[in-house]
Amino acid sequence: MNHALYSCRRQKNRLVVSLSVAATLFGLAWLVLILGVLLWKGFSGLSLAVFTQMTPPPGAAGGLLNPIVGSLIMTGLAVLIGTPLGILAGTYMAEYGRYDRLTSVVRFINDILLSAPSIVIGLFIYEVMVARMGHFSGFAGAIALSVIVVPVVVRTTEDMLTLVPDTLREAGASIGLPRAMMITKVAYRAARAGMVTGVLLAVARISGETAPLLFTALNNQFWSADLNTPMASLPVVIFQFALSPYQEWQQLAWTGALIITLAVLALSIVARALAAPRKSS
Amino acid sequence: MVDVALQHDAGAVVVAQPDRTKVLQKLKFTDAAFRNLTRAAAIAVLVILGGIIVSLIHGSSLALGQFGIGFLWTESWNPVTGNFGALAPIYGTIVTSVIAMVIAVPVGLFIALFLTELCPMVLRRPIGIAIELLAGIPSIIYGIWGLFIFAPFLQSTVQPFLIETFGHIPGLDTLFAGPPYGIGILTSGLVLAIMVLPFITSIARDVFEAVPPVLKEAAYGVGCTTWEVVRYVVLPYARVGVIGGVMLGLGRALGETMAVTFVIGNAHRISGSILAPGTTISATIANEFTEAVEDIYTSSLIALGLILFAITFIVLAIARYMLMRVQRKAGA
Repeated sequence: MNHALYSCRRQKNRLVVSLSVAATLFGLAWLVLILGVLLWKGFSGLSLAVFTQMTPPPGAAGGLLNPIVGSLIMTGLAVLIGTPLGILAGTYMAEYGRYDRLTSVVRFINDILLSAPSIVIGLFIYEVMVARMGHFSGFAGAIALSVIVVPVVVRTTEDMLTLVPDTLREAGASIGLPRAMMITKVAYRAARAGMVTGVLLAVARISGETAPLLFTALNNQFWSADLNTPMASLPVVIFQFALSPYQEWQQLAWTGALIITLAVLALSIVARALAAPRKSS
Repeated sequence: MVDVALQHDAGAVVVAQPDRTKVLQKLKFTDAAFRNLTRAAAIAVLVILGGIIVSLIHGSSLALGQFGIGFLWTESWNPVTGNFGALAPIYGTIVTSVIAMVIAVPVGLFIALFLTELCPMVLRRPIGIAIELLAGIPSIIYGIWGLFIFAPFLQSTVQPFLIETFGHIPGLDTLFAGPPYGIGILTSGLVLAIMVLPFITSIARDVFEAVPPVLKEAAYGVGCTTWEVVRYVVLPYARVGVIGGVMLGLGRALGETMAVTFVIGNAHRISGSILAPGTTISATIANEFTEAVEDIYTSSLIALGLILFAITFIVLAIARYMLMRVQRKAGA
């Protein structure tokens, strides 16, 4: 009887072990499949023309220069707007009001904003900016993206500043540093790598975002560096081209998808590498 | 520090007699200014949330005023006659998310189990990173991949098989009725499952790792198998955190836009079959917002956005609340 029980337990265990190995392989398989297809489809369209020519009219050859530039401009602007706000908010939460009621409320709300549907943020900016101004603009797109940047930066800034040992702060205070100086000269410096990681993760997050740009920055067939006009961006162009019936457009969509993915993966790997030495020490 | 500042000032203004109180006053002022600046930034985060809610309510007031609360359970969506109801997108959103969770939750938990209990130490980090990279891939990539690769694959293999197998069983036949379109509710659910898998996995792994090793060792010590340790020690201990992680994944699935927009088929109807095309709230907004010319059409789409935000807010709030409880327990 005991023997039967033992073998039953062992079999159950073996089943679970093999299931979890299978699940892991299953999860990894998708990564391989998606990246494989992306490389396969995207590389065949990769050429110098992609980076030097404008998006073509249907049925013609062309490149992705204007959406690439548009994406760079809007991402850069979004980071410029979102990062200071996020760092300051994170600073308050970790340095001034660590045990405040305000901090716990902000933390809760920030965590919700962190995973809020990005299309809703697009609607928000549409309502506040596009509907008011009466036209789509690259600036509205950048603001929409910056709303996504803020919670990411707030979160990492708070986490990283909380990790800074209090003895460092005390040492700063003991030589008579005012608190603001202690934060900027001591705490920021100690948490710098982590905070940079946060910004990189935010860039990685927004560089693939499509939904908030659809009805803020819209799209633009032509070259435009004017933030007051609709601006092309890589994700929106991929969306438009992939759903089109034209062979050339679909190929460009794949190439654009490859460029975005490589950029995002490179950013997250760099961010990880920056954060790694801190973790191990 | 005052002395350093004094020296600094003295260097700049060579002749002036350094005035201690003046410098102290200045430092006090900048200190207070910095404090208030950071406080304002923290409050700005709340303002963003408030702005989202107010602007969505403002934008949807026209539609909600005209259709009332019945907007929630009206199925018709007719831009020509100007009649709008949210039932079909709500239905699609919920069904696709449920399909995603049914697949992603067990798989994610098993991966977390593998990573915490079974995986050789050397492989732990690379596999963990690989799964997290899956989370970093932008959703539009899942969309284009789903449309061109995954949907045709399902259409030619999995869906005919499902129709073949379940199409004749009473009760299940409506669920798997109709031709294999490739795109549709099921495909969207599967793509969503792949997308939320990394979120569930990484949170489940974190809460599994937070289980005190002493408890697990005690269980192993009395002769438990790995499964028994997980079932009777790890899972009960990590339960709240796992539920939080699942809710977080659900919040993601509900609000996911681009991947679903590609593969859902954008058909405003409620079909009993999960193979049929449908629509979700986010896909409807993404597809139709720029085409909407009439005010009532735009307003109805914003009302959909408001509903989506309300649903995800509740789900995410529950998720965060549960994860906060776990953190408090770990901290105590």
